[in-house]
Amino acid sequence: MNRFMTRSAMGALALGAATLAGSLSAQAQGQLTVYCSVQEEWCRPMVEAFEKDTGIKVSMTRKSSGETYAQIKAEASNPKGDIWWGGTGDPHMQAAEEGLTEEYKSPNMANLQDWAVKQWNQTKGRTIGIYSGALGFAYNTKLIASKGIPEPKCWADLLNPKLKDEVQVADPNSSGTSYTMLATLVQIMGEDKAFDYMKKLHKNINQYTKSGAAPAKATSLGETTVGIAFLHDHVTMIVEGAPMKAVAPCEGTGYEIGSMSIIKGAKNLENAKKWYDWALTPKAQALAAPARSYQVPSNKDTPIPPQAPKMADIKLIDFDFAKYGSSAERKRLLAKWDAEVKNQPK
Amino acid sequence: MKSKTAPDATLWWLGLAAGAFCLLPWYWIDLPQGLLLAGWPLGASGSALALGLAGGKPWLLLMLAPLLLGFAALNSRLPRETRGLVLVWAGVIGLAVILAQGFLIGHRGWNFAWAASLFGGAPQQNGFGFAGFLTLFCFLLLLCQGLAMRGFCRGDGFIVSAIGIIVATIILFVFFPVGRVLSQSVWGPDGWMLDTFISKITDRSIWGLDCLTSSLNCGVAWNTVFLGVFVGVVCTLLGLAFALIATRTRFPFKRALTLFSVLPIITPPFVIGLALILIFGRSGVVSNLLYEWFAIPRSRWIYGFTGISIAQILAFTPISFMMLIGVVQGIAPSLEEASQTLRASRWTTFRTITFPLLRPGLANAFLVGFIESLADFGNPLVLGGNYEVLSTKIFFAVVGSAVDESRAAILALVLLGFTLIAFWAQQAWIGKKVYTTVAGKGDAGLPSPLPRPIVWLCGLVTVPWVIFSIGLYALILVGGFVNSLGRDYTPTLKHLTTAFKMNFDGGPIFTGSAWDSLFATLEVSLLSAPLTAAIGLMTAYLLSRQTFAGKRSFEFGTMLSFAIPGTVIGVSYILAFNVPPFELTGTGLILIICFMFRNMPVGVRAGLATLSQIDKSLDEASLTLGAGSATTIRRVMLPLLRPAILASLVYSFVRAMTSVSAVIFLVSAKYNMATTYIVGRVEAGEFGIAIAYSAMLIVFMLIVILLIQLAVGERRLGRRAIATPMPTS
Repeated sequence: MNRFMTRSAMGALALGAATLAGSLSAQAQGQLTVYCSVQEEWCRPMVEAFEKDTGIKVSMTRKSSGETYAQIKAEASNPKGDIWWGGTGDPHMQAAEEGLTEEYKSPNMANLQDWAVKQWNQTKGRTIGIYSGALGFAYNTKLIASKGIPEPKCWADLLNPKLKDEVQVADPNSSGTSYTMLATLVQIMGEDKAFDYMKKLHKNINQYTKSGAAPAKATSLGETTVGIAFLHDHVTMIVEGAPMKAVAPCEGTGYEIGSMSIIKGAKNLENAKKWYDWALTPKAQALAAPARSYQVPSNKDTPIPPQAPKMADIKLIDFDFAKYGSSAERKRLLAKWDAEVKNQPK
Repeated sequence: MKSKTAPDATLWWLGLAAGAFCLLPWYWIDLPQGLLLAGWPLGASGSALALGLAGGKPWLLLMLAPLLLGFAALNSRLPRETRGLVLVWAGVIGLAVILAQGFLIGHRGWNFAWAASLFGGAPQQNGFGFAGFLTLFCFLLLLCQGLAMRGFCRGDGFIVSAIGIIVATIILFVFFPVGRVLSQSVWGPDGWMLDTFISKITDRSIWGLDCLTSSLNCGVAWNTVFLGVFVGVVCTLLGLAFALIATRTRFPFKRALTLFSVLPIITPPFVIGLALILIFGRSGVVSNLLYEWFAIPRSRWIYGFTGISIAQILAFTPISFMMLIGVVQGIAPSLEEASQTLRASRWTTFRTITFPLLRPGLANAFLVGFIESLADFGNPLVLGGNYEVLSTKIFFAVVGSAVDESRAAILALVLLGFTLIAFWAQQAWIGKKVYTTVAGKGDAGLPSPLPRPIVWLCGLVTVPWVIFSIGLYALILVGGFVNSLGRDYTPTLKHLTTAFKMNFDGGPIFTGSAWDSLFATLEVSLLSAPLTAAIGLMTAYLLSRQTFAGKRSFEFGTMLSFAIPGTVIGVSYILAFNVPPFELTGTGLILIICFMFRNMPVGVRAGLATLSQIDKSLDEASLTLGAGSATTIRRVMLPLLRPAILASLVYSFVRAMTSVSAVIFLVSAKYNMATTYIVGRVEAGEFGIAIAYSAMLIVFMLIVILLIQLAVGERRLGRRAIATPMPTS
C-alpha cells in the first residue's frame, strides 16, 4: 500500500516535472492558442506546419464549432483563445454578430474566391472563408440496389414512399449542417413549400442525429440507405471504400463556408494575425487533402483535390448568409421546424 | 494539548497571511514565465503590499485592517473568550474584504455599474494568485480558530478548521458555480425574465404526454424519468441475481465474477453504445447473420429507448451488484437458521426473512441506477435515435445551432429536481426503518440455501448476460484492430499506431496523436485521486464522529455535487472560474478541482461505511490518553480506514479517467483529456481509433486496479495486527 502510494506520487511528480520542462522550453518565439473546429487529422498538420514556418509555439484545442462558440461566448470577458480556425461558418457569423470576434484585413485576401470575400464583407471583416463544401446526400449503393429503388438525384426523389424510414439527417437544433439544409430548402422552394416538403420527408426519416456528419457514417455502414450531409463528408467515406454514391441534388443546393475568426481580446493578437495570413496561403490550404478533408479551398491558387466534389457540376444557390445566419431568423425557423415538422406523427 | 494549540496555530496562520500579503505574488501568474518574477515586488508578480502602496492598486491595502486586528487580539491580555471573538471578526472582515474587492474589480475595471458610479476611477486587476489564495485560506482558519476559542466543537481547533475548510470549498466549488448557472434560468442580459421562465419550464417539449395518446414522443422529462426507473429496476434485479449467485451458491467462478463486474466501470463512456451498434445495428454482426441465415429483415430497433436501456443496464448492473453483495453477505444467517428451525421451508424463509432484509439494499441499488441513468450522457448521445433525454438536451442547448443558455439552465433545473427527489426519497424511506443485522459479535450460523426456483432463475438470467457482456468486450478489443468494423475485417494495427506511435531517436519520442491527451489524463487523474480521497474521508470522519450544528445540511451539501449532471458542472465551472477573482480555466487545476468535488461523495460514502464498522471506543481511548483529534486521526483512524482509502482512490482515479460531460468544456490545449479526444474521434466517425484508444485505457486501468487489489490483499493481514494492540497501548 505504502509502496503503491509512493510510486503513484512519484509518477505524478515526474509527469508534473515533465510538463513544466516541456512548457519552459517553448517560450522562444511567443505563442498562439488556436481553437480548431475541423477534424483532428487536419488540425494537427496545420499546427505542425505553422510552427515549422514561424517558430511560434501553438497550443491547439480541437472542439466542434458549436462547442467552440459556446466556449468563446463563456470566455468573452477574459478570452483564452487567440484564433478560431475552421468549422462551419454559421457559429462564426453568430460570434461576429455578437461582437465576440475581431475585425482584420489580411494582405493575402486578393486571391480569394468571391464567396470568401463576400462573407468577410457581410460580417464587416470579422470572419473569412477558408473552404467551402456543398450540401447533398449520399445513398448506400448496395442497399438501394437490393430494395430496387431508382437512384435518387433530386431533393424530390427523397420523398419516394419506398424510402420510408430510410433517410437520415441531423437535427437542425443541434447541427449546423442540418440548419444549412433547412435554410437551403427555404431558399429554393420558398418557406411554405419547404415546410411542406420537410413534413413529407419526415415520414421517411429514421433518425434525426445529433451530429451533422453522422448520417454520412451511417450510410457507409448501411445503417441507413440515404444520408444527408455535406458532400465532402460523404467523399471521405467513399475514399475509404464505402459502397456509397454522393449526389448533388438537381434542384440546386446550399453550401457552408468554413471560416476563420480572430477572437476579440486575443492575448497574442500579432501571432493570431500571422496565422490568419498564413492560413489563407495556398501552401497552408493544400494541407487539407492529405488529411482526408475534401472541401474546396478559398484561395484560387490552391490546387483543388481530385476527390473533391466538382463545384462546377453542382448547382449552387446564392445562399443568403446574412439573412439565414442571423440569430432572429434562425430562432424563428427552428421553432417553426420543431412545431411543424419534428412534433408531427409519422 | 488541545488548549494550547489554538493560539499557537493562530499566530502561525496570521504570520503566514501577513507574509503572503507582503511578499508573495498576489495575482495569478502563468507558471514557467512567472517563476522569473519580473518586476517584483511590483508588476504582474507583485505583492499586495507593494502594489497597494506604489502599484496603483490602493484597495489592496484594506486588508491591513483585519491583519492588524488579528495581531492585536493575539497580543492582548483580554480573556480567551473575547480574544476569540476578535479573531472571528478579523477572519470575517478579512474574507469579506478580499472577496468584495475581487468580485467588484475585474479585468476591465468595475464589474458593476453601481460600483463604478459610487467609487469612480478605472481600476483593473487579474484573478487571485498564490498569495491571494493563501491569504484567503489563512483568514478562514483565523475565523475557525476564533470559533474554537469561543468553545465550538469542545474547543477543538482542528475539527472547527476541518469543517470550515470543507464548507468553504464546497461553497466555492459547488454552490457558487452551480448557483451561477442556474440563475441564468431567471436572469438574462435584459434583467429578470420570470414570464419566459414560466413559459419555458412548462413547455410541452419537456412535460408533454403525447406518447400516451398518439405515436408522438413524450416530453423529454418523462422520457428521462421513464428510462431511469426502468434501468434502475432492471439493474437492481440483475444485480441481486448476481449477488445471490456469488454468495449463496457453489458457483465456481466467484472471483472472476467480481473482476468482471469491474469491467464496465472502467470502460470509457459510449464504448458500450458503439459496440451495441456494431453488433445489433442494421449492418451489425448479429443482424447480418440473422438476415443471411433466417432472412430476418434488418431493422433499426437498437436506436432509441431499447438501445439506451441495454447499454445503461450493461454499464450500471455491476454497480448494483457490488452494492448488493455486501448486503446479502451482511444478512445474519442465524435469523434464517431460526426460521428453518421453526420448520419454515426454504421458500418461506427466503420470502419472509431474506428478502425483507434485502429491501434497504435494493432501494439503494435502485436509486444509484436511477441517478446514474439520469446523469448518463455518452450512451444517449450514441444510441439515442429519436428518444431524447435531459442530459443530451442540455448539452445541445449549450453547444447546438440554437444556443439558449436560459433553456439549458431550466432543463438543468428539472434534472437536478429529479435527482434531489430521488435522494430525498432514499433518505425518507430507509431512514425510518431499522435493518441492522450485522452485530459486532461474529455470527456462527450458516446461510440457508436458496430455494431451487430462485437458483434456476438467477442462473437463467445471469449466464446469458455474462456471455453477452463477454462477447461485447471481445468485439471492443477486436474493433480496435481491424480496418473498419462492420465493413472490412482485415486485421490492422493502423488505428493503434495513429494514436500511439513512438519513435526512438536517442530516447522515446511520442508522435502518436493520442499521447498528449493520455499523459494529461494520467497526470490529472493521479493528482486528483489522493486529494479526492482525503477530502472525502475527512468529511466522513466529521459526519460519523463529530457533532456540530448544521450537520444535516453539511451532509446534504457534500452529497449535492453527485446529483448535478456533468454538463451542468462543466458549463458552470467555465462561467464561474473564467474571470477574476477565481480565474482557473485553461489550467490543469480546474480539472483536478472539478474531479475532486464531483467524486468526493463516493469517498464520503466509503468512509462512512467503514467508520461505522470501527468501534468508537478506539478513538475515545486515544482521546482519553491525551491525544488531540489530529493525532487520533493520524495514528488510529487512518490505519483502520485503509480499505476506504483504497476504494475512494480507485474510484476517483477511474472516474477521472472516464468522465466526459463535465470536462468537455474544461479541457484546454495543454490539458486535453482522453475522453474528449475519443468523443472527437467518434464524432468524426473514426470508430477504429476511438475503440483502439478505449481498449488501451481499459487495459491500463485494469492493471492499475489489479495492482490496488493486490495491495488490499496485503493490507488485510496488517489490519488485524494494528487493530489488536491499540486499546492496550
